[in-house]
Amino acid sequence: MELIKSLPDIYDEFSEQRRNSFMAAFEIKEKNIPFVGTFCCYTPNEIIMAAGAVPVSLCSTSDETIPDAEQDLPRNLCPLVKSSYGFAKTQKCPYFYFADLIIGETTCDGKKKMYEMLADLKDVYCMELPNRQSLMGRKLWREEVVALKNKLEEKFDVEITEEKIREQVRIMNKNRLALRRFYELMKLDPPPMAGFDLYSVLYGSNFKFNRLEAIKEVGALTDRIEKEYNEGNRPIPKRPRILVTGCPIGGAAMKVVKAIEDNGGNVVCYENCGGAKSVDELINEEAEDIYQAIADRYLNLGCSVMTPDDNRFKLMGRLLEEYKIDAVVEVVLQACHTYNVESYSIKKFVNDHGLPYMSVETDYSTSDVGQLNTRCAAFIEML
Amino acid sequence: MLTLGIDSGSTTTKGVLFDGEKVVKSLIIPTSATPRVSINDVYDQLYCDDVVYTVATGYGRELLDRADKKVTEITCHAQGAAFLDPSVRAIVDIGGQDSKAILLDNGLNVVDFLMNDKCAAGTGRFIEVMMRILGEDLQNIDEFVVGKTPANITSMCTVFAESEIVSLLAEGVDKGDIALGIINSICRRTSFFARKLNLHGSIFFSGGLAKFESFRKALEGYVGLPVVTSPMSQYAGALGAAVIAWKKAAKK
Repeated sequence: MELIKSLPDIYDEFSEQRRNSFMAAFEIKEKNIPFVGTFCCYTPNEIIMAAGAVPVSLCSTSDETIPDAEQDLPRNLCPLVKSSYGFAKTQKCPYFYFADLIIGETTCDGKKKMYEMLADLKDVYCMELPNRQSLMGRKLWREEVVALKNKLEEKFDVEITEEKIREQVRIMNKNRLALRRFYELMKLDPPPMAGFDLYSVLYGSNFKFNRLEAIKEVGALTDRIEKEYNEGNRPIPKRPRILVTGCPIGGAAMKVVKAIEDNGGNVVCYENCGGAKSVDELINEEAEDIYQAIADRYLNLGCSVMTPDDNRFKLMGRLLEEYKIDAVVEVVLQACHTYNVESYSIKKFVNDHGLPYMSVETDYSTSDVGQLNTRCAAFIEML
Repeated sequence: MLTLGIDSGSTTTKGVLFDGEKVVKSLIIPTSATPRVSINDVYDQLYCDDVVYTVATGYGRELLDRADKKVTEITCHAQGAAFLDPSVRAIVDIGGQDSKAILLDNGLNVVDFLMNDKCAAGTGRFIEVMMRILGEDLQNIDEFVVGKTPANITSMCTVFAESEIVSLLAEGVDKGDIALGIINSICRRTSFFARKLNLHGSIFFSGGLAKFESFRKALEGYVGLPVVTSPMSQYAGALGAAVIAWKKAAKK
């Protein structure tokens, strides 16, 4: 098949930073390396990498393209879904534009239906994600991992051997360990960096095209921060330690993290995807059935699309202890039903641990920044 | 020694001078379109040499550079209400542009709170707009609704409720019945929201509407718990700020 190797027509209208992102992606494409767009941490990246392709995250976190998206989508829909669709439609995201294939999963209703519409714009392959981490669910998800392998082999005309998959499993495990070592620096009190900066590194590592290099970079950064801390560098004062949970954060939704940190709290742990949830568990490299090992690891992710969602509570309980959390803030994106409903049980769970909990519902606009500041300040005054 | 608490709300700016035991002097002015001028005006009118510490609160709290500290209205309302009536364990505040419910523990510390700050439904702004349509003065509302049968107002949205009321007027429904319907609508909505917290004990009703018995009574009916108020209810935020200022000054 022919890979996408030309720039979009509206390229000239972009800002310099966006043009640079386009050029960086363009250079990879010129080397005949396919891009595979992903939306969710349920996507088994190892299979994509074993096909010789680069997985790129397409979850969008800006309100820039929402008006374009709302021409086709309802207004009262999750801003992440609208923004992502909008970037696809307007060709403003380099990763979207250059993606030769997009992989979705049957996760939340908003994404599921949006993928159907996205298929008119791009080659979309939607995996069937079970709603339960049951025996049947594990069987189905294993079949879906194998089916993805077959799809990629056919699409990119490559052979994906088990050896290639195992090699990528080892690399991704190293990646997880490197990220984990990095964010576990936040167990220090006071933490060695702001929660805002912590997330920028976690988020940014998604957009490195060379995984081995990215692992090295995160490792070097961790070493440096650790060394400076041991030498007595304390850039952040001791303040209440906050765990952030809920919907995917990043981009515009980071206004919540900023409001917490501007008003006297330290965000020391992210339970949501992009944070501990998507990194914590490794894949068993020695498993006899590597497909099952991959399937199990991904299906274990504790997202509110699962019912019941025991693994989210299990991980959260551990993080509350390990990071000596003082309070929990949940971010619910507007119209995200599963996280919104589950916030009731999460509040109860957190309160039962003797800790205060606050949930904030928001979108990608800046209209509620004043209210967010008041809420976060009041919450921290309460601690 | 005195402390000064100023609450810069969306509709009114309130100031309280406090001597550690009682309110020495208080002041309320409209916030108007220039909150910075209003908050500084209240400061200038109340400040005297005996003032050792000033706390600003409310949505305009950042606009007073001369304040020693800025504290959110959640903490201030809680402190103010607890000072006025130490038996309360929850506070419901209906402000000009938002409403809040606050839960206290036995030590009178805030343990949980909720804010409705997304829209004007169920706030002071809602009743203001509706009374304008009825052509009546909000200050006389208690007398206006005596012996009335509440009309059913179903719209929560300020804009939709406005057209609903216009329709009711066109049908010839009594204005007092409509006004009582509006009071019930606000109090019903506020109680749904407040009951998301684990309310118990008596509830302190603060904010500008708390001085109207018709609102207190309606709120009590919907919440199902005793609702208490005070002549100083509208000053609860400013008083709380002054109480916090007193604690800060005593520590110095």
